[in-house]
Amino acid sequence: MARMTVDPNYCKGCGLCIDACPKKIIRFSENINKKGYHYAECFDQDSCIGCKLCYTTCPDVAITVEK
Amino acid sequence: MANKVLMKGNEAVAEAAIRAGCRLYFAYPITPQSELIEYMARMMPKVDGVFVQAESEIAAINMVYGASGCGRRVMTSSSSPGIALKQEGISYLAGANLPAVIINVQRGGPGLGDIQPAQGDYFQATRGGGNGDYYTPVLAPSTVQEFADMASLAFDLADKYRNPVLILSDGLLGQMMEPVEFQDTKTPEELKALDNQHLDWCCCPNEDEPNHHHHEINSLEIDPVVLEKHVLKLADKYAEITANEQRWEEYNVNDDNEILVVAFGTASRICKSSIDDLNKTGHNVGLVRPITLWPYPYEAVSEAVGPKVKKVIVFELNLGQMVEDVRLGVNGKVPVDFMGKVGGLVFTPEEVKAKIKENL
Amino acid sequence: MEVIATRPKSLTDLNFTYCPGCLHGVAHRLIAEAIDELGMRNNMMGVAPVGCSVFAYKFFNMDMQEAAHGRAPALATGMKRARPDMNVFTYQGDGDLAAIGTAEIVHAANRGEHITVFFVNNAIYGMTGGQMAPTTLPNMKTTTSPYGRDVDDIGYPIRVCELLDSLVAPYFIERVSLLSPVDIVKAKKAVLKALKYNKEERGFTFVEFISTCPTNWGMDALESRTWAKENMLPFFKVQNFRDNGKEA
Repeated sequence: MARMTVDPNYCKGCGLCIDACPKKIIRFSENINKKGYHYAECFDQDSCIGCKLCYTTCPDVAITVEK
Repeated sequence: MANKVLMKGNEAVAEAAIRAGCRLYFAYPITPQSELIEYMARMMPKVDGVFVQAESEIAAINMVYGASGCGRRVMTSSSSPGIALKQEGISYLAGANLPAVIINVQRGGPGLGDIQPAQGDYFQATRGGGNGDYYTPVLAPSTVQEFADMASLAFDLADKYRNPVLILSDGLLGQMMEPVEFQDTKTPEELKALDNQHLDWCCCPNEDEPNHHHHEINSLEIDPVVLEKHVLKLADKYAEITANEQRWEEYNVNDDNEILVVAFGTASRICKSSIDDLNKTGHNVGLVRPITLWPYPYEAVSEAVGPKVKKVIVFELNLGQMVEDVRLGVNGKVPVDFMGKVGGLVFTPEEVKAKIKENL
Repeated sequence: MEVIATRPKSLTDLNFTYCPGCLHGVAHRLIAEAIDELGMRNNMMGVAPVGCSVFAYKFFNMDMQEAAHGRAPALATGMKRARPDMNVFTYQGDGDLAAIGTAEIVHAANRGEHITVFFVNNAIYGMTGGQMAPTTLPNMKTTTSPYGRDVDDIGYPIRVCELLDSLVAPYFIERVSLLSPVDIVKAKKAVLKALKYNKEERGFTFVEFISTCPTNWGMDALESRTWAKENMLPFFKVQNFRDNGKEA
């Protein structure tokens, strides 16, 4: 069991985590944050394997991974 | 070494700096101050200090910045063309509120010039030769003893105000040998106190929260509102230095002076000889010798213009730099005249006397 | 569940000012993670450059100095000599290290100063709006090489690792890539080694990161990584050049 969370305050919507995720469970949110970015969000936490590739590639340290 | 010795200016100031607690020195060789760097190369290891011959004067001033940012007494020295290279670093030191001592043993300029003594860097030193609004206290010695004494004064001022301080000497003082009496070397306890005096802002050993510090040594403030506040704070500091740190000497200044001479450094020595000769033959000439070129003793110069003074004459080894500050101080009370000497040449007492006599 | 990946203590809480997809943030994070993992945070001081990462002094949660352009290795020399019991790193970009700062990096490396230099190479000047860098590739268009870098006029890109590898003193020199998660994991190993050697006072350590500049290359985050993989990696080879601490 694992979980990835994106802090919308840090995310700049660059999309690198979406590309990195091997389970393809991250997408751009329909919402925007204060800076106007469509931040990333996980839409299927149950499938998260805690590989941390999203965290590894995130340039804004917006992601926290739990396992 | 005994406390009183016969020593060359360049070496005397180096010895004095070590005694004043300087344990870090970074510099590049340049005539006429290579004896200073060589003295430091020999002596710093003996006091467990740090000596690094940097790859350039630019690298040296930036090593000074790094070490100063760690709260320790640090010095560099050079001569006019090398000091020109350091202007960026000095502006950064001033902007970041960092203490440091920089010694300029002036030589003929502009550009590569020559290696003989000159006073052509007055503007560079007193107008903040780098970019932006800043000042550095400028100390101008006229004897080897004074040159040496200024080392500890410069460090004290630098630490007190968290500012770079310049000692503006020249090749003549750097090369000549005169008797010097040194202050005692700092004791280990005093040295430790010096190293620990800036722990509230400098880079130093850290702890975990809640006492974790994130000190920033920096001159960048990208928000103009913040930069304005920062620069106005610097202005407050400069006002405090101006109010408290002006230094000058009055030599035979009295109400019967016919002529008042104003000169600094080596030029003032020559003027004193000429004035002595003239005063022996019934004249009455006085001299004001600014010791701090910044803050400039404008009021002292103004007040030294006695009721009988016909003219103020400024003698400098340049095309006329300090004379502008003298004009500001005299403020039209009496005419201000000037005699200069450039090319690294030094006027003789006879030339000075002749100029004064023209106006008596 | 427990947290297995989150913001390192060696980073402050500030938002990075970098463009979306710029890999500076990844480099910062790797360095901060390594400082945390090696327990070096309370003994570390860093030097920020001039360039996009000029605000690095705000992002690393430790005592930091802001250097003049190119001068960071000289500051680091002064810092390490002033507080030899502490550790020092610098963080610099192409212009800072390979243009204006060439003398300072070569001489700090040559003296074998006990510091770690992190060099972020993205073949362009980001902060000032996309001008040519010493690392700009042949024929690459930038705002000051609008017709493409003409190697006959102004020469070829500089390979800094190779340059420093000609010196005797450096202890560890490695070029890494940040262009994929797998590359980033490998890069982390080099960062850890460089800082571990720093902690052990072994000598001068150097890591060059191949990175991107989406904004000034006119690409998005993913396109810029692809472009860098295809164009930068052939010229700037990812490899270890020197590891004096490696067992034979």
